[in-house]
Amino acid sequence: MRLDDLVSAIGAAYACGTPLRLRGAGSKDFYGGMLLGDVLEVGAYRGIVAYAPSELYITARCGTPLAEIEATLAEQGQMLAFEPPQFTGASLGGCVAAGLAGPRRQQAGAVRDFVLGVKLIDGTGQVLDFGGQVMKNVAGYDVSRLLAGSLGTLGLLAEVSLKVLPRPVAEATLLFAMEEGEAIARLNQWGARPLPISASFWSAGQLFLRLSGARAAVDAAQQKLGGELLAEAGDHWLAVREQQHAAFGTGPLWRLALPSGTPPLGLDGLLASEWGGGQRWYAGDQPGAVLRQAARQAGGHAVLYRAAESQRGLEGAFAPLPEPLLALHRRLKKSFDPRAILNPGRLYAEL
Amino acid sequence: MKPMPTSEPRFATDRPQLARRLQAILPAHCLLLDDEELRPYECDGLTAFRELPLAVCLPENETQVVAILRTCYQLGVPVVARGAGTGLSGGAMPHAQGVVLSLARFNKILRLDPLARLAVVQPGVRNLAVSEAAAPHGLYYAPDPSSQIACTLGGNVAENSGGVHCLKYGLTVHNILRLRLVSIEGEIFEIGSEAPDAPGYDLLALLIGSEGMLGVVTEVTVKLVPKPEQARVVMASFAAVGQAGDAVAAIIAAGIIPAGLEMMDKAATAAVEPFVKAGYDLEAAAILLCESDGTPGEVAEEIERVTAVLTAAGAREIRVSQSEGERLRFWAGRKAAFPAIGRISPDYYCMDGTIPRKRLAEMLEAIAGMEKKYGLRCANVFHAGDGNLHPLIMYDACQPGEWARAEAFGGEILELSVALGGSITGEHGVGIEKINQMCVQYKSPELQVFHAIKAAFDERGLLNPGKAVPSLHRCAEYGQMHVHHGELKFPELERF
Ligand SMILES: Cc1cc2nc3c(=O)[nH]c(=O)nc-3n(C[C@H](O)[C@H](O)[C@H](O)COP(=O)(O)OP(=O)(O)OC[C@H]3O[C@@H](n4cnc5c(N)ncnc54)[C@H](O)[C@@H]3O)c2cc1C
Repeated sequence: MRLDDLVSAIGAAYACGTPLRLRGAGSKDFYGGMLLGDVLEVGAYRGIVAYAPSELYITARCGTPLAEIEATLAEQGQMLAFEPPQFTGASLGGCVAAGLAGPRRQQAGAVRDFVLGVKLIDGTGQVLDFGGQVMKNVAGYDVSRLLAGSLGTLGLLAEVSLKVLPRPVAEATLLFAMEEGEAIARLNQWGARPLPISASFWSAGQLFLRLSGARAAVDAAQQKLGGELLAEAGDHWLAVREQQHAAFGTGPLWRLALPSGTPPLGLDGLLASEWGGGQRWYAGDQPGAVLRQAARQAGGHAVLYRAAESQRGLEGAFAPLPEPLLALHRRLKKSFDPRAILNPGRLYAEL
Repeated sequence: MKPMPTSEPRFATDRPQLARRLQAILPAHCLLLDDEELRPYECDGLTAFRELPLAVCLPENETQVVAILRTCYQLGVPVVARGAGTGLSGGAMPHAQGVVLSLARFNKILRLDPLARLAVVQPGVRNLAVSEAAAPHGLYYAPDPSSQIACTLGGNVAENSGGVHCLKYGLTVHNILRLRLVSIEGEIFEIGSEAPDAPGYDLLALLIGSEGMLGVVTEVTVKLVPKPEQARVVMASFAAVGQAGDAVAAIIAAGIIPAGLEMMDKAATAAVEPFVKAGYDLEAAAILLCESDGTPGEVAEEIERVTAVLTAAGAREIRVSQSEGERLRFWAGRKAAFPAIGRISPDYYCMDGTIPRKRLAEMLEAIAGMEKKYGLRCANVFHAGDGNLHPLIMYDACQPGEWARAEAFGGEILELSVALGGSITGEHGVGIEKINQMCVQYKSPELQVFHAIKAAFDERGLLNPGKAVPSLHRCAEYGQMHVHHGELKFPELERF
């Protein structure tokens, strides 16, 4: 597949006003709002375009499997620091468009924090280049980062450049028995101290804490924090990252994003929490309105993360936006995709 | 110098009417109208471009900000927001037909939450003041521009400012959680949140670095991070700049992300050494400063690895700071580089291109050639770790033709930055200064998208008009002028 194929597909859809549903590997079909429009498969537009380990960037086409990117980086002792889930063969384009990060999110940053540049095909079929491959670039508005998490509603991310980082030299996982409230309090106290904490996962009375960094730093932190050292913790963190851990279940799932120090909400259905308390998972049979309200009150928001499409359509996957902000979203959408053909309803029904 | 181009939209403000309307909404001590009082606002840190505004507003609360913006919107008057005026690209330079909206009195830290590790501050709070307030809790605000004693958070947000520690700790965009913004129509927006991943488009990313073009920031929530237990600096000197550049790449290739990684060339060390007595190797073609932070064991481990890489890269001399005092002295020279150049030259012009690290030697060689071509000296300081170069071109504004030569010299550096795969600005912004080079960095379809984004926030183009994004017409003119490739026919003439 060539770039021109994608350009002409979108150009033709623009000419006829045909809605398109952009699809990489389809690993996140479960995520977001409605899946509307003719499917445009982009997974075949793949391949690493450039990788410069000493410049800390990699550039690849949207269909490139994350697994291929991670393997290439690993050969040079590097990684995608935001630890994106791969689910069933996720592609780079879908990863950036969905903006989902893994266990290292609180320490390393979100997907958008690592986006350096993009090649975009907008809703008229025009190819646009924003950002680049250098670490710092403030020329023009930062469109590349705006696109992270936009779920393909502003354009097709044909190519993305990401910042990469070295893998930590040492890693250790500590296990503590503690209840939710204590885990949240401890994690926030530890977060204010210079400790090399790179991930946390709490579920069913157990707190898993991952330390990453220089050998000396990891050893020193282990001494300070106590807990039980968990050997071979790699599988545990992989299961958390891929949401294969038993706590996530297989049914509908709500994700609450909260200020990390928010005390336990005291609602039924809590399955697990991550990111020092900033991300908490609830079973999906909760009334959405209750979770949305509780999250809002705490200064956060709730996402209907995994559910049947009909329920996502009914409730909306994402917390509703206040009217002036929604109007701003509409104006931005219009400037990238004037006929609203790209992934209609995938982010909000109104976009 | 009047930089305003002919091709930007024109405004014709009724000055007495504007004054009356502003007097009706602001107490006398919040409004400046006399030329004498307006004079201090005529430029920012880029003093080559000056313009007197019609009025300066110094509001004390958000209600006043809303009222000022509504008034200007109704009257069609341009508004330029201003923090401390330390910007280096003319971003806060006033508009001749407009109002300067200074946030200087928005100088309170509204909330500092050590458990949540964040602070809610007004935009006029100085960068360093945030870290000072957080220090008793063992926390600090990571981005540390060299101007941090003076520059404000509002300015930092508008420019996406960096500092010497941003390779490891990120730029402003990585350290802001939430903004409160007033649009030109006087509407208030909350962007981002204390919780991760606010719903909708990542408008925070769009607003940070938007140079006062999209709205006026009235509140900023910043992330605070724990202060490392210890920091130490390795200072290494090299006989050739190429070697120093390769050493930077080698450190990163070895899997080390130092807390800071800076370079200065011989002209820069020669200028600062008499001033700060940092003990730099003045024979060296370039020196590197490489900081490690963390637990004492971690720092020792990293310094050992860094030293090995630097030795293999051919360093002439390597010194490791043995005390906090010595560490600060090593840094003092780097932090004082701009004022030190100001002492040896009547004026200097600071550039801000970024390039891939591996092209550094090439760039410095080209700059040496340009020094001869334009007959001006240039000292180079470099955020080497993230490829952000600050050539300081020395000139004398009182010598006819020198500024024009300095400007052409700078323009050539920026265009070479783009050609080498980098950008015309890493942290100082486009402002009015690099508006022409934007035509080199972006093609018209991308510029059109920028204009569409601007229109989504500010349809009538009243916020900071003529800055940051050039009109397509302007680029067409610049393109024509550029046919002869950098060889301007009449270099002594003002451009636009
Ligand atoms: C000696 C020296 C050293 C420097 N070192 C560095 C450095 O290391 N790294 C770096 O990145 N920069 C550096 N700078 C540049 C400058 O300090 C930064 O760009 C700084 O962020 C500007 O802040 P300010 O408050 O002075 O903003 P101003 O210069 O007043 O304004 C800058 C821009 O911000 C806009 N603005 C200001 N406040 C608001 C607001 N509330 N809402 C919307 N828009 C607003 C203005 O319109 C303008 O476009 C240096 C400057 C000097 C003079």
